[in-house]
Amino acid sequence: MQIESEKDGEGPKGSDIARKLPWQDPRVLFRYKLRRLADKMVVAVTILAVVVVLYPLLDILFMFFYRGALAISIPRLTGLTLQFGLANAIVGTLLLVSLSTIIAVPLGVLGGIYLAEFSAQDQMSKTFAGTVRFLSDVLSGMPSILLGYVGFLILVIDFGWGLSPLAGGLILSILMLPYVIKTTELSIRKVPLKLREAATALGATKTQMVNRMTFPLALPGILTGIILSMSISIGETAPLLFTAGFSNYYPCGLTNCQVGFLTYIIYTFAKIPTTDSLSLAYLSAFLLISFSLVLNMTARIGLRRLSKI
Amino acid sequence: MVKRYGDTVYKSLTLIVAASSILFIISAVAVLLFNAYPSIISNGLGFFTSANWNPSLSGTVETVNGIHRLTGSSFGILVFIADTLASSAIAILLAVPAGLGVAIFLTEVAPRRIAAPISFMVEMLAGIPSVVYGFWGLIVLGPYLFNTVEPYLAEHLSFIPIFSGPISSPGLLSAGIILAIMIIPIVASISRDMMARTPKESREGAKALGLTRWEVTRRIVLPYAKTGIVGSIVLGLGRALGETMAVAMLAGSGVQVLPKSLYYPFSTIASYMVLNLDAALTDPSGMYLSAIMELGLVLLAITVTVNVAARLLIKQGFASSSENVVRV
Repeated sequence: MQIESEKDGEGPKGSDIARKLPWQDPRVLFRYKLRRLADKMVVAVTILAVVVVLYPLLDILFMFFYRGALAISIPRLTGLTLQFGLANAIVGTLLLVSLSTIIAVPLGVLGGIYLAEFSAQDQMSKTFAGTVRFLSDVLSGMPSILLGYVGFLILVIDFGWGLSPLAGGLILSILMLPYVIKTTELSIRKVPLKLREAATALGATKTQMVNRMTFPLALPGILTGIILSMSISIGETAPLLFTAGFSNYYPCGLTNCQVGFLTYIIYTFAKIPTTDSLSLAYLSAFLLISFSLVLNMTARIGLRRLSKI
Repeated sequence: MVKRYGDTVYKSLTLIVAASSILFIISAVAVLLFNAYPSIISNGLGFFTSANWNPSLSGTVETVNGIHRLTGSSFGILVFIADTLASSAIAILLAVPAGLGVAIFLTEVAPRRIAAPISFMVEMLAGIPSVVYGFWGLIVLGPYLFNTVEPYLAEHLSFIPIFSGPISSPGLLSAGIILAIMIIPIVASISRDMMARTPKESREGAKALGLTRWEVTRRIVLPYAKTGIVGSIVLGLGRALGETMAVAMLAGSGVQVLPKSLYYPFSTIASYMVLNLDAALTDPSGMYLSAIMELGLVLLAITVTVNVAARLLIKQGFASSSENVVRV
């Protein structure tokens, strides 16, 4: 029965089979050519997209490296902003980034260790860890200007720290925190279960296992995360305007002393159309791009290696 | 495992530190809410429905229902909302085709030895500080748009309302383009990762059936990566909505008109906030500052919603193995 019904179904198509083979049919050939053409056009469009996207990057890099290199001079690199030099801003940026790193690293690394090692023990720690992960995602998506306002109201005004390196550094460290937490957790989770089991079998306590085995093994990944977060904090401007202020002189203390930084120079001097101001802005853009690209790309290469293992 | 006293101490120590990030974010929201409270009470719903933002700094302090404000002051944020949404919309419109084009080029078209350096360069775009983009927009992009592109657009496309003149400034278009450049690496790199995860079997099967490269992309790769691609676009949107410095360097400091064309000067929420804290502090009644804080709360609500949605989508896109990839 079945065989017969199949034959019935084939019946009407019999005449089609007698026709030319598909690749001899001009309509099929035409459609094939069209499809090939569409394919080539899409390839052309994607190449165009790449060119359009890379053009601004190359323009930015060339322009700032060229004009920045032209602006390099000893007085500009060693003088104070007062005499159109960048020395105080370079020192200030380094101070702010080091302060924020010193605050963010212990907090972020310990937080990451908690999420990776202690969060799966009971239901309550699972919920808590989920909340921490969620809020740290929220924190990394939060516009930094909001933290600047909060820092201004709380640290600068209420705590009485004034516009200062400490206020700026603390706000930057909060911005860095989610990145450090996340990369720490991920790197620790990468440590193979076999090694953990071996450590436990040898009688190691949890603390010994984490401190002597997991943490050292995860260290390269953790360092990568720290470098990435530093590259983010070095390029920040908005929150620092309201927490660090600006000064034409070298930093003079941790609180109640405004501090200069490179991004401020770009933000302010870019709008002043005199040669001196613009040269200074070009030079700081040059320095800033160099610093942050080196840090950022190092971290990204490291992260990619990390995700592959 | 041997249970020791030291373990408990260690666990508690890391727990307290982990809790600090919760503490930071809760206190930040609390500070914003606390400071925005006078404005929330005093301005009510008019805050969201009015386009009239006038701090009226020359007014005298009056007290209504126990809340101080300056006579004649009015706070309506419709202009900032409209400018924020418009600039982000332009950015998305430009960044999605460009970002997806790059992603398709990297996964489907280019051989590995070309794809690697190009994807490296696209990621470099994400490593450039936003203030540098603002500087570039100010001295290169803005003047170029204002002198060349915009007159051309206004002349040839004036039958479309948003393209018709007069041209008063580089305007929304310049902000949209800068934002697009900033979010392209997000869209491109996440989409690329998603598309690269298409199962080899489906891809090869489709090729064996005689589909061309574009047909494989359209019928196999894009549907497979759809959720993740949408997630990457939403994540880019979140970045564009909250971007501050690059936009602030191109923005007007207190724009009062709703945008009608691409050439209108603009103030986004974030750019207004960064440019006007000093002015807000001169209001003796404190209402100006409070209104800016409420503006900040609005920005927070928008960006958090968009970011959470994006992360859910991306996580869903990566499905089971999402933990293996570090997202930045």
